[in-house]
Amino acid sequence: MRAVREMSSGIPSNATSIFDVAALRRDFPILQTTVHGKPLVYLDNAATSQKPQAVLDALARYYAETNANVHRGLYQLSEASTRAYDAARHKVRDFIRARLKCEIIFTRGTTEGINLVAQTYGRQHVKAGDEILITHMEHHSNIVPWQVLCEEKGARLRVAPITDTGELDVQAFQRMLTGRTKLVAVTYVSNALGSVNPVKELIGMAHARGVPVLVDGAQAVPHLAIDVLELGCDFFVFSGHKVFGPTGIGVLYGRAELLEEMPPYQTGGDMILSVRFDKTIFNSLPHKFEAGTPDIAGAIGLGAAIDYLNHVGMDRIAAHEAELLQYGTEVLHSIDGVRILGNAAHKASVLSFVMDAAHPHDIGQMLDGEGIAIRAGHHCAQPLMERFDVPATARASLAFYNTCEELDALGKALERVHEVFG
Amino acid sequence: MGQSNRALYEQVILEHNRKPRNFHAMEDADRRIEGHNPLCGDHFTLYLKLDGDVIADISFEGRGCAIAKSSASLMTTLLKGKTVREAEDLFVQFHRMVTAKPDAPIDEKAVGKLAVFSGVREFPIRIKCATLSWHALLSALRGTHSSVTTE
Repeated sequence: MRAVREMSSGIPSNATSIFDVAALRRDFPILQTTVHGKPLVYLDNAATSQKPQAVLDALARYYAETNANVHRGLYQLSEASTRAYDAARHKVRDFIRARLKCEIIFTRGTTEGINLVAQTYGRQHVKAGDEILITHMEHHSNIVPWQVLCEEKGARLRVAPITDTGELDVQAFQRMLTGRTKLVAVTYVSNALGSVNPVKELIGMAHARGVPVLVDGAQAVPHLAIDVLELGCDFFVFSGHKVFGPTGIGVLYGRAELLEEMPPYQTGGDMILSVRFDKTIFNSLPHKFEAGTPDIAGAIGLGAAIDYLNHVGMDRIAAHEAELLQYGTEVLHSIDGVRILGNAAHKASVLSFVMDAAHPHDIGQMLDGEGIAIRAGHHCAQPLMERFDVPATARASLAFYNTCEELDALGKALERVHEVFG
Repeated sequence: MGQSNRALYEQVILEHNRKPRNFHAMEDADRRIEGHNPLCGDHFTLYLKLDGDVIADISFEGRGCAIAKSSASLMTTLLKGKTVREAEDLFVQFHRMVTAKPDAPIDEKAVGKLAVFSGVREFPIRIKCATLSWHALLSALRGTHSSVTTE
């Protein structure tokens, strides 16, 4: 079991009790690289985050030392692999403070988690004339699965409006909860604006009417400490790759009472107890929702990312990011013709902006020339772009390893964009 | 500004982006077509007036990046008075240039003023921006669709 122990000890080597960004940055090999001969300034963390060495090592070590299928072989390697996979589930449970390990379902990512709930719980409970309530700031992945379900069932998708500052209109949301509402699906943090929704309050409102709530946590997990029991949500979904883990792995948390009653999403191996041609008996939680060989390495990598984050400390991450957000906001305000979209009172470290002189794609292209990576586009949130009457925005999304110096570099490059295009 | 960005954003392109030519709707157009790039949300409407097989008037409106907008602008200035056949031939030359390898020689005689877009060769992702209005034009000339997309 040597390998498993080593895998679970993926802690940052350089972090000390003070928040030493320079030391933490050394844990991320990609942050030491250059682009067009300039140091990489990576400001596209809402799209995907970079990976610390501890995660890369966990992946390599798994394949080099422990690779075997899980829940099968009666040999040491398979046992080690199964234990490491289970240990990862344990880490996820503790990380989001769920009650039971069996409430943690590994998925491919947030999108799959939402589709799973739509196609199982949704198909089971939503009927003609019912309503599903979402908000105007959802990512396409928290719109389309519900839209498809509503079309199939003859139900209605309702959209709670947002204000000009990019905050959810909570009163309107409450009014839109009716006797017909069968499910609420709401993002915790807007990927395009950074707005943090008062999800606990929203869940309380929904529960007062007996309506279960799915929280899209994809953009929240990298920034905020999560406590699903305190929030009281019924489902919580997120992606590993946005939280410094590998791509291809994600998590669906569901309350056991709900998961137990739901039909399987996909069927096949691993999710069964016994198969006969006349009758198959499904496996218990969480295996019922994990058909086929899972992304074992991905889960272990996510576990290593969680170890790393625990060591750095989510509270310290939040404090550093709050400083970055304030500094970055000032930098953008200091540049002529820049307008920030999303000025919610409670915001994660996301700076979405447009410039009078230059289209977001031209901004992105110009910044790339300086080694600065931002996202330019509709951020998979086209209804939100329409709401603000822009085809696209430029978005700098920050992680704990970003620095004020990098935001200075962003500001300087944007001044140059203003000169060239203005 | 990186060296390749300097090659991409030629002064002519920046100037057309700032002050696009023939940038207006046309009430009495014979043909009208929408061009979308769903990946970036860019959207142009192209207006055409034909006199036989000659492009008597052409204009556009909408929004998009500097490459897309200046390409549409320059296109309208080059095609007024040209035949459908001449427009198609110019597009073929233009398309050949922007999709060529970065170090391929440029046939300046064939592409004329459109040579300013040769920097696009280094950024394959921007080819769609440069050719969006041209694809819309060809579709309008053939009268086959009321809208085109880059996807």
